[in-house]
Amino acid sequence: MNFFGLIRSAVRNSLRSKTRTSLTVIAIFIGAFTLALTTAVGTGINAYIDTTVASIGAADVMTVTKPNEGTETSPGPQVYDADETVIAGEGPQGPTIALVPADISAIADVPGVRSVEPTFSVAADYVVYDGGTPYQVTIGSFVPGMALDLASGVEPDHSSSSYEVALPISYIEPLGFADADAAVGETVSIGITDADGTSSTVDAVVSGVAEEGLVSGSSLTPNDALTTQLHSLQIVGLSESARESYGSATVRFDPASTDAEIEALKGELDSIGFSGSTVSDQIGAFRTVIDAIVLVLNGFAAIALLAAGFGIVNTLLMSVQERTREIGLMKAMGMGAGKVFSLFSLEAVFIGFLGSAIGIGGAMLAGLGVNGLLAGGLLADLPGLTLIVFDPMSVLIIVLVVMGIAFLAGTIPALRAARKDPIEALRYE
Amino acid sequence: MPVPLLTARDVRKTYGRGPTRFDALKGVSLDINEGESVAIVGKSGSGKSTLMHLLALLDAPSTGAVELSGQDAARLSGSMLNRTRNATFGFVFQQFFLTPGESVLQNVTLPLRIAGVRGAELKRRGMAALTALDLADKAKNKATDLSGGQKQRVVIARALVNDPRVIFADEPTGNLDSATGRVVEDILFDLNRTQGITLIIVTHDEDLAARCDRRVYVRDGLVVDSLHVSALIERNAHS
Repeated sequence: MNFFGLIRSAVRNSLRSKTRTSLTVIAIFIGAFTLALTTAVGTGINAYIDTTVASIGAADVMTVTKPNEGTETSPGPQVYDADETVIAGEGPQGPTIALVPADISAIADVPGVRSVEPTFSVAADYVVYDGGTPYQVTIGSFVPGMALDLASGVEPDHSSSSYEVALPISYIEPLGFADADAAVGETVSIGITDADGTSSTVDAVVSGVAEEGLVSGSSLTPNDALTTQLHSLQIVGLSESARESYGSATVRFDPASTDAEIEALKGELDSIGFSGSTVSDQIGAFRTVIDAIVLVLNGFAAIALLAAGFGIVNTLLMSVQERTREIGLMKAMGMGAGKVFSLFSLEAVFIGFLGSAIGIGGAMLAGLGVNGLLAGGLLADLPGLTLIVFDPMSVLIIVLVVMGIAFLAGTIPALRAARKDPIEALRYE
Repeated sequence: MPVPLLTARDVRKTYGRGPTRFDALKGVSLDINEGESVAIVGKSGSGKSTLMHLLALLDAPSTGAVELSGQDAARLSGSMLNRTRNATFGFVFQQFFLTPGESVLQNVTLPLRIAGVRGAELKRRGMAALTALDLADKAKNKATDLSGGQKQRVVIARALVNDPRVIFADEPTGNLDSATGRVVEDILFDLNRTQGITLIIVTHDEDLAARCDRRVYVRDGLVVDSLHVSALIERNAHS
């Protein structure tokens, strides 16, 4: 019997006791369905992160902060140091210490650093258009180098000296614009209060309208000139040291740097007490979290598959027992032990294939339904996010993994069948 | 003198060891020539089935040798043994051993499928064997839906489908009523006469044994008597 003959026989044999086979297939179906769905959720979210956040234009930008040295060594309260200002809130590496002008020049001296700019954090009060109702607003702490997901217009021009801003799409209607296209080119006023309590406004031209994403959220994205202007208004009345302390600094380096060179630059910064992270590092942190969640979910699916594997062992052991005399007959008629082994292994693999194919098919149908529901409901505010995405490669891998598990499960019954003595088997009642 | 098709040379077969040791065969020698019909007769437990298993190369003797056309079977490799059994032997068992749920044609073509025959040729040869046994109209029926006599004819068709040189029949009529049994016997002896297929029948049925060219009586693992039809006729003439 050649390979195709074996496959045909195995398929026919597994369809012979339909109830038993379908029950085992259901067990595998559950595992494969879960695995396919969780993997697809991972693929979907990561693809979304990639498209909305990581259309990275500038790969030559690094955000530098000064991590609180004590965090790692002693978890308790930190000793007060009059020279350091701890920034309220958390940086990527826990509480960070404010950068002072001396730090900025120290960073500038690091080899490989082309330029260094302190990052201003600006808190505006409101935004208003054409004397309408003012709305509360936050100024985006936008990581340089990230691209905005624009609904209309262009990104604010950072090299321009005029004030430009990108509005989030949720502000368009409340501010009194007909639609996103109508807002582009119009002038809005941003209100800000300085340390003395004096309010003032800055007029800025709307360069574009941004879709809401995971990172940009619902904040305004100003260009550099506007940020600088807002900052200079905000710091009026602050002490000298408070004026000149920054949460982080933006470092530019050679865009042609290799990963190793970027790592070396981070190492240099680290050795003088700073911590640098590129855009891809920060996106990487996102992805790590998503991947970890998906991994845990996949773990549950794997447990389901393991249980299904024992289901296969059980099914085939029963089948071998039932077909003892048939096995004896086949061996008496000259079928070798290897062929008998292959026959039962292929049966297991076929059951695995059936379960995984149906499971993935079911997951695709479920995904279609869930995506449709979410797009109109829970995720309506995040256009462009398709939660469940099936990647052909991972689908193929899932099918192969399930077939592999089925093969492993099938070896025990298949070995038992292959080792049967034809005389004993024919005598079996 | 032609080389016998099958030869047993002082074969012994022992199962188990120590106190559970059981000698199924205690030294049996036997020659079976091409075209002969031989009955191996004995009570259950006499060792007659063990002798058939050894001759059919399903099992190896503990000592002694089984020769196929003068060649020691112990020298054949596992796959060669499988091929020899598949191409040279046909088996007819008392309990039919038909696969339930498969069609009559699928059951009959099992030895061909094991040999790797496929497609149109598989069907043609299967149908030819069924036609030879008047079962062509049952080809698509489920094997389990047949009567006992029909089942045994399917089994004979399966044994024939590979054009074997030897058919081993283990109590071929044991599960059949005497009229049906008679028909099955006729078919087997007809194959022996017209196609020259060597017939080795294991039975405890004296009437069936009497139709064979030769009867070999086995008791307690030894051949106790061997009678040729010619010798029998002579003996009868003298008495």
